[in-house]
Amino acid sequence: MASAADVTDDNMNAPPEAVVVRFAGDSGDGMQLTGGQFTLSTALSGNDLATFPDFPAEIRAPQGTLFGVSAFQINFGSREINTAGDQPDVLVAMNPAALKTNVESLKPGGLIIADSGEFGKRNLDKAHYDSNPLEDGSLAKWQLLAFDISQHTLDAVKPYGLGNKEALRCKNMWTLGLALWMFDRKRQPVIDWLNQKFAKKPEIAEANIAALNAGHAYGETAELGGPMQQVHVSPAHSEPGLYRTVTGAEAISLGLIAGAQLADLPMFFGGYPITPASAILHHLARYKEYDVTTFQAEDEIAAIASAIGASYAGSLGVTSSSGPGIALKGEAMGLAIMTELPLVIVNSQRGGPSTGLPTKTEQSDLYQAVYGRNGDAPMPVIAACSPTDAFECAIEAVRIAVQYMTPVMLLTDGYIANAAEPWSVPDMSQYEAFPVTHMTEAQESGFLPYGRDEKLARPWVKPGTPELMHRIGGIEKAADTGHIDYSPGNHQEMTEIRRDKVLGVADSIGEQAVDLGDLGGKLAVVGWGSTYGPIHQAVRRARDAGHDVSHIHIRNIWPVPRNMGELLKSYDRVLVPEMNTGQLKTLLRDQFLVDAKPLNKVSGQPFLIAEIMAAIEENIG
Amino acid sequence: MNEMTKVTTLKDWETDQEVRWCPGCGDYAILKAVQRTMPQLGADPANTVFVSGIGCSSRFPYYMETYGFHTIHGRAPAVATGVKLANPNLDVWIITGDGDALSIGGNHTMHVLRRNLDCQIMLFNNEIYGLTKGQYSPTSREGTTSPSTPYGSVDRPASPCAFALGSGARFVARGIDIHKGLPDVLKAAHAHKGTAFIEIFQNCIVYNKDVFEEFAAKKTAASTQLWLADGEPMLFEKGEKGIALDHDNLTLKVVDVVDGDWQAAGVIEHDVTNRSIAHMLVELPFGEFPMALGVLYDDPRPTFETAVAEQNRLASEGKKPDLQALVSKGQTWTVKEGGPEL
Repeated sequence: MASAADVTDDNMNAPPEAVVVRFAGDSGDGMQLTGGQFTLSTALSGNDLATFPDFPAEIRAPQGTLFGVSAFQINFGSREINTAGDQPDVLVAMNPAALKTNVESLKPGGLIIADSGEFGKRNLDKAHYDSNPLEDGSLAKWQLLAFDISQHTLDAVKPYGLGNKEALRCKNMWTLGLALWMFDRKRQPVIDWLNQKFAKKPEIAEANIAALNAGHAYGETAELGGPMQQVHVSPAHSEPGLYRTVTGAEAISLGLIAGAQLADLPMFFGGYPITPASAILHHLARYKEYDVTTFQAEDEIAAIASAIGASYAGSLGVTSSSGPGIALKGEAMGLAIMTELPLVIVNSQRGGPSTGLPTKTEQSDLYQAVYGRNGDAPMPVIAACSPTDAFECAIEAVRIAVQYMTPVMLLTDGYIANAAEPWSVPDMSQYEAFPVTHMTEAQESGFLPYGRDEKLARPWVKPGTPELMHRIGGIEKAADTGHIDYSPGNHQEMTEIRRDKVLGVADSIGEQAVDLGDLGGKLAVVGWGSTYGPIHQAVRRARDAGHDVSHIHIRNIWPVPRNMGELLKSYDRVLVPEMNTGQLKTLLRDQFLVDAKPLNKVSGQPFLIAEIMAAIEENIG
Repeated sequence: MNEMTKVTTLKDWETDQEVRWCPGCGDYAILKAVQRTMPQLGADPANTVFVSGIGCSSRFPYYMETYGFHTIHGRAPAVATGVKLANPNLDVWIITGDGDALSIGGNHTMHVLRRNLDCQIMLFNNEIYGLTKGQYSPTSREGTTSPSTPYGSVDRPASPCAFALGSGARFVARGIDIHKGLPDVLKAAHAHKGTAFIEIFQNCIVYNKDVFEEFAAKKTAASTQLWLADGEPMLFEKGEKGIALDHDNLTLKVVDVVDGDWQAAGVIEHDVTNRSIAHMLVELPFGEFPMALGVLYDDPRPTFETAVAEQNRLASEGKKPDLQALVSKGQTWTVKEGGPEL
C-alpha cells in the first residue's frame, strides 16, 4: 500500500499510486454507509483497496459529542493494497467533533474537507473547541477546504419537500458525490443502490440522488482550485476474472456454507447476539436453501449446546461469538472435546477483558482459544488473516472438524469482520469435496462408539440408526466402548488419545510457508490474524531498503505446522507483532524454545506500517 | 423412523450397565416405570434419544438402551433443541432434576417451554442436591437444614409446575416415583405434541428421606392425593370430598360430597385445556388441599421444530442451492486482460 509518503510529496503532478481517505462524522451521519458506497465505486473502478470502519459502541451517542464520532477509512490504489493506510491523505469532517478526533492522524499537508455549516458555537462547545478551528489558523499544517455542506444539501433537496431533519440526512450523499467527483468514480452504482434501498420511498431515493448529483456537480463546477483537484488513481493490476467486495463476516458465512456443502451435511448454526459476531448470524439466516438452520438461542451457552446437539444428530454444528461469549461457551467446548463431536466455533475477537471494547479490534483471545478450558482440552485453532482469507479458513475449519471429530475454533477479529476488500470470486468446482459418511453398521469387531480410524477419529453415528444405540457424555469414557470409566489407566490413555488426535491434524495442513522473503536469514517477522497487511507491507519496504527480513504468517495456531520449529530456528531473530501483550510469542517460545521478541499494541486500532518498520529496524541492527 | 416399529419388551430397554444409584433411591422406580412404558408406547429404541444434564437423575440415559446424551449441568434442554431441530423425527426425552432444571438451567427450561419444542421433560424433584452431598435446592422448603444451610434455608422454594406454566408450557403433569399412576402420566406426556413437562416427586433416601411422605404415603393417600382425569369430577377421600370453585374469591375450595352427589356439592369436572384452573391447581397449598397429581394441563399448539422446518421450507421454495452463484452474489466486476469493466 501506500501511505501518504508514497502519494504526493515527490511529484505533485504524477498520478498517485494510492490514496487514503477518511470519512468522519456523527454516528447518525451515515459515515459507514458513505464509506461502504465509496468502497463499492472504488472497487468497480478497478483499484485494489482495504477499509477500516471505526465506530463507537453506542448506537446513537448524543449528537456532536467526541465519543459519538464514527469513521470509515479506505486505502485504494493502483498497486497491491494490504492495509487501510497509516495516515489519511484526505479527511472529510462532518462536524467539529469529527475534526478534533481525527485530524491528528492526517498526514502533514493532507487535505481537510469540513462542513462549515456544522461549526456553530453549540457544536464547537461540544467538541471542546474554544475557537473555530476553521478560522483560527490552528489547522495551518494541513490544507483546508471548508464550505457549508449542510446548506448545499438543503438547497439540493428542496424540491422534494422533506422536513429539515430528513433533508439534512442527505448530507452524506452530497459528500459522497463530491468524493466520487474528486476521485473520478462512477455515480451509477450508488444511484442503483439508492433506488433499491428506498424502493418503497421513492421521494427519499430521489432526494438522496439529487444530493449526490449536487455534490458531484459542486466539485465539477465550483472551480475550487488549490488543493481541490480531481485525482485519478489508475486501476490496479489484477488477474483477469470475476471480482466482488466482501467483508470478513460475509466471507466466513459463505465459507461455512461452502464447507457444509463440501462435507455434504446440513448446517445448524446456534448464535446469540454479540458485537462484532452477530453479522454472521444475520448472513446465515438468509441462506436456508443451502440446508442451513439458524437458531437464535437464549444465551451463549444454549447457542453452543444446541449446536453440539445438532452435531450429535448428524448435522454440522456451528456457533459463533466474541470474547465474552466464548468464555461462556467454555464448558460446552469441553463437552464437544469429550464426546468427540464435530463443531466449528467462530470467535470474532474484540478488545477485552470483560465487556472491554466491543467495537474495537484486538487479538487477545489466543490463550483463550488454545488453553482456555478446564482439563487437558486440546482443540484445533485456525486464524484468518484477511476478509477473503476467512472464506478459505471457514472451509478448512469444517474439514478438520468432520474429519477429526473435534471442535475447531476459527479466530477472526473485529477488523476482519467489518473490513471489506476486493475478492476474486473463487471457482467452486476447484474445491475438493470431503463428504462425510455417518456410520450405519457396526465395525467388524462389534460396535465400538469410541473405536478409531487412522486419524484417531471415532465413528459418527446419528440417532435413528438401527442397532447402534449408545450413550455419550462428559464423563470420562472407556477407550473403545465409551462406557463410563474413571480408572487411572484409562484416563491417562484417553487424555493422550485426545491430545494425539488433535496434534495429528498437523498431518493434513501442510508445511508453514514464508509469505515474503527467504527461508532463513537475519529476521523473521511472525504474525497471525489481521496484522497480515501492516506486517507484509513493512517487510516489503524493509526488503526494498535492502534488509534481510522475512514475513511468516501463521494460519494454523494449533497444532502448528510440523516444520515450524525448524523454520523459526533458521532466522537469527524472531519478531512477533500482535494486538495483545504477547500471546503467540509465548506459544512459540514454549513450543520451540526460540527467543521470540514481542511487539505489542492494544489500543483498539490496527498496527501502522511505520510502527512495524521501526521495530524491524531496531531488531535488524 | 427407518423401519416398521418393532414390538419391544421391557428387557429391550435395559442396558448392560450397572445402575449406580443408592439402594432404595426413587430413581429405580422411575427407571422401571419408563422401561415398562416404552413398549406400550410402541416406541423404537433406535429412534429414541434421552438427553440429560448433571445430577443423580441425569445418569438415567446410561441405563436406557436407546441413544443417550449425558450433557453438562443445566443445558440438556439446549442440547435437546439442537437434536430435535436437526432431526425432528427423533423422540426426545429430557431427564433433569430440581437443581439442574430450576437453578443452573432455569433459563433453558424457561425457553424450551416457551418455544414448545416437541419433547418430554421429566424433572425428578427431590428437593435437594444429592450428587454433591445434600445441599438445599431451589425447591427445598424454607428452613431446610443442609451442609450449606446449617441454620436452615431462608429463601422461598420455586414451584416446578407453576414455573412451567408461567413459562408457557402446554402440558403440565405430576407423578410420584413409586406410584402406579406414573406410567399413565408418561403415556399422556408422550401423546402430547409439544413440550410435555412432568414433575416427579422422587425420594432421596440419603439426603432428604421421606420429604414427600405427607402426601406420598400409601396409608393416607386417599385424603392427600387428588388424581386428576380429563372430564372427571375432582374428587378425593373416596369420593367424599371434592374441589369446587370459590366464585367470590376466584380460588378453589374443598367441599364435602354427600351421597355421591358431587354436582350438588359444586365439584368441578377437570378440563385439561382450562388454563385458568391449571394455574390454580399448580399453586394449591398442600395441607389445606390435597396434592394435585396426574395431568394438570394439556392443550397442544404448534411446535417449535415444526415451525422452523416449515419456515426453512418456504424460504427455500423455488431456490436452488448453487455455490458458484452464492459466492458470485452482490455487485461484481470483471477484469479482462486489458483492465476492469463493469
